[in-house]
Amino acid sequence: MTASSITPTVTPAVTPTVAKGLKVALFAACYNDTMWPGTPIAVVKLLERLGCRVEFPQRQTCCGQIFTNTGYAAEALPLVRGFVDTFAAYDAIVAPTGSCVGAIRHQHHDLAAAAGDVALTRAVDALTPKVYDLSEFLIDVLGVTDVGAYFPHRVTFHPTCHSIRVAGVGDRPQRLLQAVRGLTLVDLPHKEECCGFGGTFSLKNADVSIAMASDKARHVRETGAEVLVAGDNMCLMNMGSVLARQRAGVRVMHLAEVLASTEEDPA
Amino acid sequence: MTTTSLPAADSAARTAEQLRTAEQIRNDAARAAIFGRVAAAVTDISAPLGARGDAPRIEQPSPGRAQTVELFIENVVDYRATVVPIAPGKVGSAIAKALKAATSVVVPSGLDPAWTAGLPDGIRIVSDDHLDNAALDGVAAVVTAATVGVATTGTIVLDHGPDQGRRALSLVPDLHVCVVRASQVVHDVPEAVARLRSTVDQGASAGMPRPLTWISGPSATSDIELERVEGVHGPRTLHVILVQD
Amino acid sequence: MTTTYPSGPTSAPTSGPLQATTATFIGMPKFPKAAKEALANTQQRRNLAHATGVIRAKRAGVVAELPQWEDLRLAGAAAKDETMTHLAAYLEQLEANLVRNGAQVHWARDAAEACQIVVDIAAAKGVDEVVKVKSMATQEIELNEALEAAGIHAWETDLAELIVQLGHDRPSHILVPAIHRNRSEIREIFRREMHLVGRPAPDDLTDEPRRLAEAARLHLREKFLRAKVAVSGANFAIADTGTLVVVESEGNGRMCLTLPETLISVVGIEKVLPTWQDLGTFMQLLPRSSTGERMNPYTSMWTGVHPGDGPQEVHVVLIDNGRSHVLADPLGRQALRCIRCSACLNVCPVYERAGGHAYGSVYPGPIGAVLNPQLRGTASDVDKSLPFASTLCGACFEACPVRIDIPSLLVHLRAQVVDESGRKSAEAKAMKAMAWMMGDYRRLEKAQKAATLGGRLLKGRTIHTMPGPFAPWTSARDVPSPPTSSFRDWWKARNTDSTTEDQR
Repeated sequence: MTASSITPTVTPAVTPTVAKGLKVALFAACYNDTMWPGTPIAVVKLLERLGCRVEFPQRQTCCGQIFTNTGYAAEALPLVRGFVDTFAAYDAIVAPTGSCVGAIRHQHHDLAAAAGDVALTRAVDALTPKVYDLSEFLIDVLGVTDVGAYFPHRVTFHPTCHSIRVAGVGDRPQRLLQAVRGLTLVDLPHKEECCGFGGTFSLKNADVSIAMASDKARHVRETGAEVLVAGDNMCLMNMGSVLARQRAGVRVMHLAEVLASTEEDPA
Repeated sequence: MTTTSLPAADSAARTAEQLRTAEQIRNDAARAAIFGRVAAAVTDISAPLGARGDAPRIEQPSPGRAQTVELFIENVVDYRATVVPIAPGKVGSAIAKALKAATSVVVPSGLDPAWTAGLPDGIRIVSDDHLDNAALDGVAAVVTAATVGVATTGTIVLDHGPDQGRRALSLVPDLHVCVVRASQVVHDVPEAVARLRSTVDQGASAGMPRPLTWISGPSATSDIELERVEGVHGPRTLHVILVQD
Repeated sequence: MTTTYPSGPTSAPTSGPLQATTATFIGMPKFPKAAKEALANTQQRRNLAHATGVIRAKRAGVVAELPQWEDLRLAGAAAKDETMTHLAAYLEQLEANLVRNGAQVHWARDAAEACQIVVDIAAAKGVDEVVKVKSMATQEIELNEALEAAGIHAWETDLAELIVQLGHDRPSHILVPAIHRNRSEIREIFRREMHLVGRPAPDDLTDEPRRLAEAARLHLREKFLRAKVAVSGANFAIADTGTLVVVESEGNGRMCLTLPETLISVVGIEKVLPTWQDLGTFMQLLPRSSTGERMNPYTSMWTGVHPGDGPQEVHVVLIDNGRSHVLADPLGRQALRCIRCSACLNVCPVYERAGGHAYGSVYPGPIGAVLNPQLRGTASDVDKSLPFASTLCGACFEACPVRIDIPSLLVHLRAQVVDESGRKSAEAKAMKAMAWMMGDYRRLEKAQKAATLGGRLLKGRTIHTMPGPFAPWTSARDVPSPPTSSFRDWWKARNTDSTTEDQR
């Protein structure tokens, strides 16, 4: 199935159904599941609208990145095992987070190998190519750039560090946003510079973190955008909490929620 | 930490020879320790020495001789050096023109005498007859030939052969007039490195290793607010005469 | 003299000794504390933001000119890995070629030994001053302090090093040690200090960079012309020819390497490149990554003693000083590929704001955050904190010309710090508890119930302050209140509904 009938400039009269019946497992990410349920809900709505059959394997928890990145590799290893057990049977696993996808791609193998677990390493290597960031799944697997979304707002986009430098999603999110009807996409100055979150960095090095987040917030305000969009809710929380404290009049929103938004069911 | 302290250099009790012996003993011990450490540190490595093969030569191909020379000129000029392309046989007059504001010029012993034959009388021509640093500092300019030019980077390489002189000559005077033949210009850095290899090898086997100086524009610094300023300690003016041979 | 060294896999690597922390950096506070002070220095923040912004753009421009850039990075990494994994063989070859060409080779296990070697050579020449080319190795071993203690003045001749030395300051950047100073501060330092150590600054000195550079030229020229002994480092040492390479801009390097009678070069054992041909790669990688130029103005290459040209007594001091310790870590040893270009500093958002001094070492920025804890161990406050001085944004890895995976090394070192701490801290307990909770979805669901209950109680109100470990967050940021139900709750409710519908 391709998106040849859909171009960004043509407004589809009805939502395109490009993936009839494709079975997809959703990895929500633990923090989305707990703190930002609106994001995985949006993924479900969006993928179903595009014709996928979405499953949510209930046993899923956390990819382990927070432990690995804070120096607790031993604590992360059982979570790698759990991730493999939960998702190995699926053909495609979609996650609304470039950060966790990056960690799965680049840390799970090393963690399993460092533990000397050959079977787990093999299982990881078999599974990771089937794990996609939402933007990758839409463009590379479903072959769709215009997902039929409607979002009449002035938007700027922050490409999160792990999504571009670890997962390597490239400009897919921007291409998806450009195809959203009604949306005005404004370029964010210094967009590829980190927002200062960095997991526990934001607590351990709070002063530098806040300095970075303040500069990021300034750049966001410079765009005159009403909505700041990104593909990772933790980064959005960091930027959004500074913008909120500044009463900047900018709200933050996950990419999935923008893409799920339609005239009938606006975000 | 394992520090073996040296005997004091001014120890009156020891002769110079004893000192040398003590230093030799220290040096041998340090050498052995370091070799032991670096060997013990890589016992996990199974790849044999040189397993990567020869260093790869990664370079941009020349789109053609004319373009290569054109790019060389463009990039040298980009460093705010002057480039004057001339026909062969016009070197003398080009040098005379380049030196018109200079009061004195030092000339390497092997420079083509024809190049400086036509200089006006007002310019003092100094030959490099064991000039000391202070004497050299009193000379306004230098004329040298070159060994290799690199187009992609606008670089000129001196190997300090007889027509280029020892390194100090092209360093201390404030104006460097450098004669480069177009046939010496290669396209990219790896080609220059390959050409220079023979100079280093021949020199070494003959007991006369050659130093090399790579020059890309005049002396410069970006140490103040990353703003590039031409002219610090090396020649503040680089004047390149490009002979279209 | 020949040395035998093992070849082929034998056993787990054994580490050489750590580097001792030099006097200047003993008792350095943790990175967050030093960084907090630096953040308050508004002048420095402005200077750094401007300077790193300029150089980032320059680098990006000249790197984009080379379609083969990624191949060059791979070749650079491969050349350095070849050296590192067969260092004994390449050091032996380098030594033989240096000696054959008239250089005297000295070996130094640590900083103290290296300093003593240099002091003794200088003292034997009867000099009371040496001129210096900017060199990270001599900074690392604090050679200037050792020379001063022996009554020998060490004149730094690189403009930025001169600014730092005259300002009684510390370098804060590998390439531009005075990056934290702006033009008016530099003018002030020159006017105040130059006359105390030589030719005074001109009376009419302005803060124009051109005039400041000229003042340095005049001040240093008399020192260059009279110096009998020079001290340098080397960017590269070519094993198969015995050639040393110094890459520079101003010509101060050429002055030092050419005019004095005696030259002493202090070179880390990781500076070796296997072959002459490798220069074809590194002379493309280094200038573009470092100063953001196609080529730096001057590069000097010398192979031992050149009769009738330059110093007739040439010494090379090869130093370990913790490098063999780094080499023994199969993952960590890639840090020894570093060619000190400082591209990672220039793209690092943490460095840009915290500045170089907070890293407590001559090696600041991302490379310092991985190199210092490896060279010196993680016993001190600052070295323990350095692996955490990063958001793991990955900009450094992307910019590194020899592909040092700094984020992965930081994570590796974080684990080392955690393991060495014995996992007794409050953080370790919290992490353990959280890992236990994440170990089974039923435990996660219980925790979510508590969180969503909190969300229902807060009714969407914003949290402005938090206690305990989360207090730093709320000093300038709000905390979102938890939702009233988790995603799982939504999913279960929806599927129950649809199941009901299906049954109907």
